[in-house]
Amino acid sequence: MGQYIKLIVLGLVALAAAIAANYGRDLAYQVHAVLIMLIAGAMFLWEVRQTDEPRIPAPQNEYMDGVIRAGVIATAFWGIAGFLVGVIIAFQLAFPALNLDWAEGYTNFGRLRPLHTSAVIFAFGGNALIASSFFIVQRTCAARLWGGNLSWFVFWGYQLFIVLAATGYLLGGTQSKEYAEPEWYIDIWLTIVWVSYLAVYLGTIIKRREPHIYVANWFLLSFIVTVAMLHLINNISIPVSVYGSKSVQVFAGVQDAMVQWWYGHNAVGFFLTAGFLGMMYYFVPKQANRPVFSYKLSIIHFWALIFLYIWAGPHHLHYTALPDWASTLGMVFSIILWMPSWGGMINGLMTLQGAWDKLRTDPVLRMMVTSLAFYGMSTFEGPMMSIRAVNSLSHYTDWTIGHVHSGALGWNGLITFGALYYLTPVLWKREALYSLRLVSWHFWLATIGIVLYAASMWVTGIMEGLMWREVDANGFLVNSFADTVSAKFPMYVVRGLGGTLFLAGACVMCYNLWMTVKAAPAKAPLSTAVPAE
Amino acid sequence: MAFLDKHKILERNATLLLVFSFLVVTIGGIVQIAPLFYLENTIEKVEGVRPYSPLELAGRDIYVREGCYVCHSQMIRPMRDEVERYGHYSLAAESMYDHPFQWGSKRTGPDLARVGGRYSDDWHLVHLRDPQSVVPESVMPKYDFLERRRIDGEHIQELLATHRMVGVPYTEEMIELASVDFRAQADPDSDFDGLLERYPGAQVRNFDGAAGISEADALIAYLQMLGTLVDFSTFVADANR
Repeated sequence: MGQYIKLIVLGLVALAAAIAANYGRDLAYQVHAVLIMLIAGAMFLWEVRQTDEPRIPAPQNEYMDGVIRAGVIATAFWGIAGFLVGVIIAFQLAFPALNLDWAEGYTNFGRLRPLHTSAVIFAFGGNALIASSFFIVQRTCAARLWGGNLSWFVFWGYQLFIVLAATGYLLGGTQSKEYAEPEWYIDIWLTIVWVSYLAVYLGTIIKRREPHIYVANWFLLSFIVTVAMLHLINNISIPVSVYGSKSVQVFAGVQDAMVQWWYGHNAVGFFLTAGFLGMMYYFVPKQANRPVFSYKLSIIHFWALIFLYIWAGPHHLHYTALPDWASTLGMVFSIILWMPSWGGMINGLMTLQGAWDKLRTDPVLRMMVTSLAFYGMSTFEGPMMSIRAVNSLSHYTDWTIGHVHSGALGWNGLITFGALYYLTPVLWKREALYSLRLVSWHFWLATIGIVLYAASMWVTGIMEGLMWREVDANGFLVNSFADTVSAKFPMYVVRGLGGTLFLAGACVMCYNLWMTVKAAPAKAPLSTAVPAE
Repeated sequence: MAFLDKHKILERNATLLLVFSFLVVTIGGIVQIAPLFYLENTIEKVEGVRPYSPLELAGRDIYVREGCYVCHSQMIRPMRDEVERYGHYSLAAESMYDHPFQWGSKRTGPDLARVGGRYSDDWHLVHLRDPQSVVPESVMPKYDFLERRRIDGEHIQELLATHRMVGVPYTEEMIELASVDFRAQADPDSDFDGLLERYPGAQVRNFDGAAGISEADALIAYLQMLGTLVDFSTFVADANR
């Protein structure tokens, strides 16, 4: 019966998409409608061929690892894609000819930049979070994922969201809210996928066979529910027509700016911090083979972190038309936020107590520890930049870009690489990684890349901030805007090289993971069917 | 630290943990966002601010589509150098009809909040066509394709109506005459008196100098009106702001 309903739904979706493609008013919408029509049609055919065939039920006493394996592959794939676009746009800013005149604007910086940010945050980071959270929640709850194939729906639904968002930017479908650029129908689709994700995650926790919910799950659960709230409120908009991608935001001006940066800063706070802290709380103790340093610290810093982070948004709006009381609140809470952020770093680093010697022999652990160091550095830099006086210099400059990347490349990137190095041998049942030497290579390529990136952006950021405000003895501005642009050129090249090194490191990782699956010796059959108990 | 022992209750109940953490994360947003909708001094009343004309609105959509906000801010801060370089600091009222706002977060290029009237239409056209030909240091991409793309304002009426739905005070008349106004603004030979009545201060010109209406027409019409609505020779800032 369920199969027939599925067939009817798929058929209707394909038909509706065909109609939408016919009446579509803009390129992004038309391409997306055709894409959805083809996918629904293909799934319809596949379902028809399966109808009334006997199906082998999945064994219920094992962990559901297939979807996590797919997630590991997707993370590596989108990582390379996102870093590559990042390198391209970095060089576009140094050499504008790379915007490719013949491409009629489709590859201009303005369209590729959202593609880069979404690809690394939501495609690379999001897949890493979904895959590792599915792994963590099963292991720490001693339960198979709840909801059967719903987790596969979450995986493929999320990939569809990424493809729609990414192609949408290139084809001109954007609502111009940073990190929330996808248009209304993509937002609706993401909401459906995200609610399913919450259902799978919470369902698994509820049917757990451990009395306590492990700390990693607190972070991951709060990340999922907060991102749902942020996404829903920041994307309230009314489509101009159901046959077009264009929509009009409900909020305007000051209110919209506040809502946007409440969203934007907490995309950092919950997507890139709380979620990744959940990852850290599982993989660092596992890799170091030590228990988490302090249980009490984890309680305090968890509640403090999620309570305080949500207030920090207005520090993006210092000296703007936003009322002072709001930006002052944002600044104060951002500075207090320094403490719970470092609480997480300390809890992670001190977990190595008694295992520090492993840093010499285990490059994966070294990667995780370095990611915590970058986390500590950028969560110090962030509160500092949120201070009004500092912000008056740093805002609108490359310093912000550097800050974001020391967090994203250093903290999110390295902890994700560490998790992938941990997960691949476990998920594909291999003895060990193919090569630890290559992990070391990756570590150094990535670290040097980040240092070049952050250092060059500090220099350009502070330099342009100072050049913009420089006045001569008569009180006239010394530099034209164009002067500051040309002064940044050498640093833009260095930044591009840093990104290239980071990308090269990720390619080394992909080769290493591939060879681990292909060539590393399989683990003894002991673990072929570990009961989920 | 006995109260930390109570945490076991949350640690053993997934629903409670979910509800409690959700409550904790809602507080900050409620305190910071909700008052902005009812505190009257959030947006001061300023003479001259009006909704975008149909052609300007179409230009604004092109600005959004091309991701101009990625490199250009539209928010002048009240610092000496910014006021010197870009003009009077931005007022909240000046972006009150911006759905969504275009304040931006990065100045890879200069601020555009008051770019209107600073350069000629010709300069803009040449600059969009080949930025390096007028500003050699520029790293801006070429937007020459805009002048080759025709637009006809086919759905402009619906666009205005949607903006009215979210609170922009477009009148019945404005919506009805949207496509007439759209064409009139790019054609100096048209009968544009009604347009100027509905959108005071709207600039009527053939912005790209070529026959017909192109995307460059709309974008330049938008750029040329940015920051021009408020007359700062008579503007007095509200003392309690």
